[in-house]
Amino acid sequence: MEKISIKGNPIITGIAKGIALVSNEPLSFWGGYDWKTGEIIDRRHPLSGEIAKDRILAIPFTRGSSTTTSVLLESVRAKTSPAAIITTATDFFFALASVVADELYAKPIPLVAISESDFARLHTGDQIEIDQQGMIEVRRLISSLT
Amino acid sequence: MHCGDHGPAIKMAMSILVRMAEVSGAKELIDITGAHIDSTIYIGDAGLEFAERLAGLGAKVSVPTTLNVSGLDEHHWKEWAVPSEWARQAQRQMVAYQSMGTIPTWTCAPYQTEMRPKFGQQIAWGESNAIVFANSVIGARTERYPDMFDICCAITGRAAAIGLHLAENRAGGLLLQLKDIPDALQQSDDFYPVLGHFIGKVSLDRIPVIAGMSVFPNEDQLKALGAAASSSGGVALFHIVGVTPEAPTLESAFQGDQPQKTIDVTMELLRQSRSELTHTDSEDLDMVVLGSPHFSLAEFRQLAPLVAGKQKHSNVKFLVTSSRAMTQLAKQAGFLDPLQTFGAQLTVDTCILATPMLPAEIKYLMTNSAKFAYYTPGLLARKIAFGSLKDCVDSAVEGKIVRDDSLWRK
Repeated sequence: MEKISIKGNPIITGIAKGIALVSNEPLSFWGGYDWKTGEIIDRRHPLSGEIAKDRILAIPFTRGSSTTTSVLLESVRAKTSPAAIITTATDFFFALASVVADELYAKPIPLVAISESDFARLHTGDQIEIDQQGMIEVRRLISSLT
Repeated sequence: MHCGDHGPAIKMAMSILVRMAEVSGAKELIDITGAHIDSTIYIGDAGLEFAERLAGLGAKVSVPTTLNVSGLDEHHWKEWAVPSEWARQAQRQMVAYQSMGTIPTWTCAPYQTEMRPKFGQQIAWGESNAIVFANSVIGARTERYPDMFDICCAITGRAAAIGLHLAENRAGGLLLQLKDIPDALQQSDDFYPVLGHFIGKVSLDRIPVIAGMSVFPNEDQLKALGAAASSSGGVALFHIVGVTPEAPTLESAFQGDQPQKTIDVTMELLRQSRSELTHTDSEDLDMVVLGSPHFSLAEFRQLAPLVAGKQKHSNVKFLVTSSRAMTQLAKQAGFLDPLQTFGAQLTVDTCILATPMLPAEIKYLMTNSAKFAYYTPGLLARKIAFGSLKDCVDSAVEGKIVRDDSLWRK
């Protein structure tokens, strides 16, 4: 078990813990995320078929539809959302969904932005913990932590 | 204004607006002159609860506000597979947004209405294709806004001074140089969604600038380009040198700076992009779908002679989605009669992606829209083929997918 720490910028603060699901490919949640199950359903996306529910989802930013925000909000209500989302810059769409989830259900989704070089160090399967200050602890069973 | 003395709805909208302004590092708020609300699309009960919370607090918009597609064609949904429970919830969402003093345009192409903004106006628009059209083709200014933020801006009449609201953030970053693309292809309507799909994938967070176009595209071609680029990517503004209003010259498109990167757009890259829009190995065809974004009057004018004197194959459905306003104008102009004889059906207020209208036996779709083509596999779990408008008509007549590849060959 090896461990690295990454200092992120907490866009929406909160603590979260889960297994990372990582892709360099941007994603639209409309047509890309099934809020009833938490499955990634964009059939052109590398994460197609993965379940992002309760995972730490890491994608650089959103693409496509304005409805991404609505889909993420539905997933909070249906308890199928990612535990937290890591991006490479402030993503307005994710942030708004998290703010409205706080307003309606007092359940904001923690969002953290990190640099592109730190983002490249994350891998699907990593065990991740995020704290209130945006500090990200990454644990990986087999070495090769970069 | 961030206090309760303007009523609870303004307080809720302003609280969300101010939090988002802080999150995005805005230095100030700005006044807007109009809004377009994407949150009208019924997705599930959370979105409905948000809309009814605002409506219940007595929310009223403070600027002219158009409404995007809804989750329901109120007059025709019973002809399709829409479950009545869905219809009831989608209708509640429509009622909630209509109660706020909005203009019930129910269209994803608000730039085709009389509420179209003007060059330089600050607006807050949701709906990815509408955002990119307003910024790029009109030169109005909106950031790429998500559902639910749009209505907060409409209620308060304010937006955050961020992103594309600010002139300095509207400069190009990526130069896309067309290389040896024949004029005949550039005049063809299927060139634009294919180019847009390519641009969306390569632009990432940079503003694309297209140079080397030898024709002057019409508005529907620019609409198709933008809708494609804002589906395969996050493009909210593009410039075409010599065509769009903020790009009379290459220098002005980049505001005097050098491109961060240049890509030569070759026929080879475009052929690849075109093939990505088709997600089927079969010639089978159950339904042709046109009108994403919503069909314009000019597109009805283009379609009418293509179908005149013909009839679609009996095994194939042929659907056009549009707004009530455009459909009414098309009817008055006599463009709907040949469509009716052909066997076409019309859906207004919504589209196949926003309402669960397709019966289970419909498995193979064809479209001229890169946006439909992009979202269909994920949202509808159906097979889809992409072609030109004429390919779509020819295929509907033949009862199987047929495409004229002559402009795309090596």
